[in-house]
Amino acid sequence: MKNGREPVIVGLADAPLEGGRFAKNASVLGHCALVANEALKEAGLSMKDVDGLLTAGMWGVPGPGQLPTVTLGEYLGIMPMFVDGTNIGGSAFEAHVAHAAMALREGYCEVALIVYGSDQKSLRSRTLGGRPSVLSMQHETPYGMLTPVGGYAMAARRHMHEYGTTSEHLAEIAVSTRKWAQLNPAATRQDDLSIDDVMNSMMVSDPLHLLDCCLVTDGAGAIVMTTAERAKDLKTMPVSVKGYGECHSHWAVSEMPDLAHLLPAAKAGKRAMEMAGVTHSDIDVTQIYDSFTITVLLSLEALGFCKPGEGGAFVSGQRTAPGGEFALNTSGGGLSALHPGMFGMFLLIEATRQLRGECGARQVKDAETALVHGTGGTLSSGATVILQKGLQA
Amino acid sequence: MSYDKPLPVIDHDSAPYWDAAREGRLDIPLCDDCGQHHFYPRAVCPHCYSDKLKFDTVSGRGTVHTYTVSSRPPGPAFADDVPYVVALIDLEEGPRMMSRIETDDPEAVRIGSEVEVVFVKATDEVTFPHFKLAK
Ligand SMILES: [Zn+2]
Repeated sequence: MKNGREPVIVGLADAPLEGGRFAKNASVLGHCALVANEALKEAGLSMKDVDGLLTAGMWGVPGPGQLPTVTLGEYLGIMPMFVDGTNIGGSAFEAHVAHAAMALREGYCEVALIVYGSDQKSLRSRTLGGRPSVLSMQHETPYGMLTPVGGYAMAARRHMHEYGTTSEHLAEIAVSTRKWAQLNPAATRQDDLSIDDVMNSMMVSDPLHLLDCCLVTDGAGAIVMTTAERAKDLKTMPVSVKGYGECHSHWAVSEMPDLAHLLPAAKAGKRAMEMAGVTHSDIDVTQIYDSFTITVLLSLEALGFCKPGEGGAFVSGQRTAPGGEFALNTSGGGLSALHPGMFGMFLLIEATRQLRGECGARQVKDAETALVHGTGGTLSSGATVILQKGLQA
Repeated sequence: MSYDKPLPVIDHDSAPYWDAAREGRLDIPLCDDCGQHHFYPRAVCPHCYSDKLKFDTVSGRGTVHTYTVSSRPPGPAFADDVPYVVALIDLEEGPRMMSRIETDDPEAVRIGSEVEVVFVKATDEVTFPHFKLAK
C-alpha cells in the first residue's frame, strides 16, 4: 500500500505574543504570511514550493462572498492549485489536515500550507457577541443568550442533570490546564490557580464561571504538510498523519441533537482511530479543544476515553495535570495559553511539537502517538487527527 | 419607546410564524407526509425531506430541556434584563425551540419545569413567544 505519498507534517510555526497580543506589528494577513514563512523555512522549503493553500478565519474583505484563500493567496504571492477554505469553526484546521492529506495522497498537491491568524485581542473585537439575527439565528439571537458561552452553559447544565457532574469537576480541567501552562514559557496565563478560584470566579452564564472560559488573545499559526517521500529530503523530523475524521450537526443551539453528548466528536473520533489502526491505550498525548471546560469533558466522553457520564470522575484528582496519568492539553490550551478565536491550529502545533520532543519542561516522555480533537461553533463540529512520530510503516 | 435589541430579519420561511406570534398564536410547520412538526420553520421537512408543509397552531405548552441564567448581557441593550433565563423548550408537539422564561425568580426554573407560552410585543411587526412557568 505504501507509495511514498503518505501525508506528513514537516513544518510549523506560531506567532509570539506578549500579554495575549501580537509581539510584532503587522496586519492579520501579515501575521499569516510571517508564520507561513517560518513554518516553511524550518522544513527547508519556501513559499514558491507551496501548491496547496488552506485557511479559515474571521477576517475578510467585507461584503458578499468573502474569499479567504483567494485573499490570502494573493497576499502571499502564490497561485495554489489545491485550495480549501472550509470553515466549521475552531476545528477547521483539523479538517484542513484531513483534506490536505487526501490531496497529497491523490497527487493533487505536493506542499500544503495551512494558515491561521487573528488579531481579535488587538482589535478588541470578539465578533461572536451576537450573530446577525438572520436565517436560523433569527430564532435565537433576539433572546439574548451570550454567544457562544450560553450554548455551552446549556450543555453543561444538561450534563449535570443527567450525570451529576459538578462545577468542581469542570474546575479540575481549568486547574490542570493552568499547571501545564506554567511549564510553557509562551503561555499567556501562568499565575497559580485553584479549584476554589475557578468556582469563585464571576458567573458568566450559569453554570459556567469566568475561569471555565477560554482566553481572548491574538494568535497566528501555520502547518506545512507534504508526502513521506518528499519529507526524506527536508530538515525537520516528519510527523505522520495516520487518521482523520470530521462531522458537524447544528448551528442553532436548539438544533443540537443531544445537549449532553457530542455526536460529531464520536463519529469523527471513531473514523480517525479506525483509519489509524490505534486504540485509546496507544495514545500518549491528547490535545482537545478547550473553548470551555465543559467542551473537554464532553469530548473525552465522546471520543471514548471514558464512558458517557464518567467525564467528571476521569478528570478528578488532577489526573490530566503534569505528572498525572493522562497528558492533556500540554501547552496550557485555550484556557491558559492562547485563544485567538479558532484554537484548533494550536492543538495541532502542540501535538506535533510533543511528537518531535521539543517541549522542554512540559515534554511528555516517549510521546509517539497523539490524538488531536477540535470542536467548532457551539459544539457544532468535531474533527479528529491521529499523529505519529516519524515516517510510519 | 424604541426597541434596541436585535429583531428577527423575517424571511419567506418564517413570515407565517412571526405573523401568528403577532396575533397571539404559536404556529409551527407540520409535515403532511410524515406527520411531524418541526422548528425553526423550513421549506423542506428536516425529518423526511418533504415539501408538503403547512403551519399548525400548537398548544404552547412544553417543558424546559435546559437553560442558562445570563448574568452578563451580550450587548448594552440587554443590560437592564440581567439576570434573565434563556432556555431550550421542548414543545408538547415535539420540536425544541430557544426562548426566554419570564420569571422574577430564576432560581425557580428547573430542567423539566412545565412552561406555557406568553407573547411579548417588541414592535408593531414583531412579537416574541416567551414562556412562563406553568401553575
Ligand atoms: Zn416530514
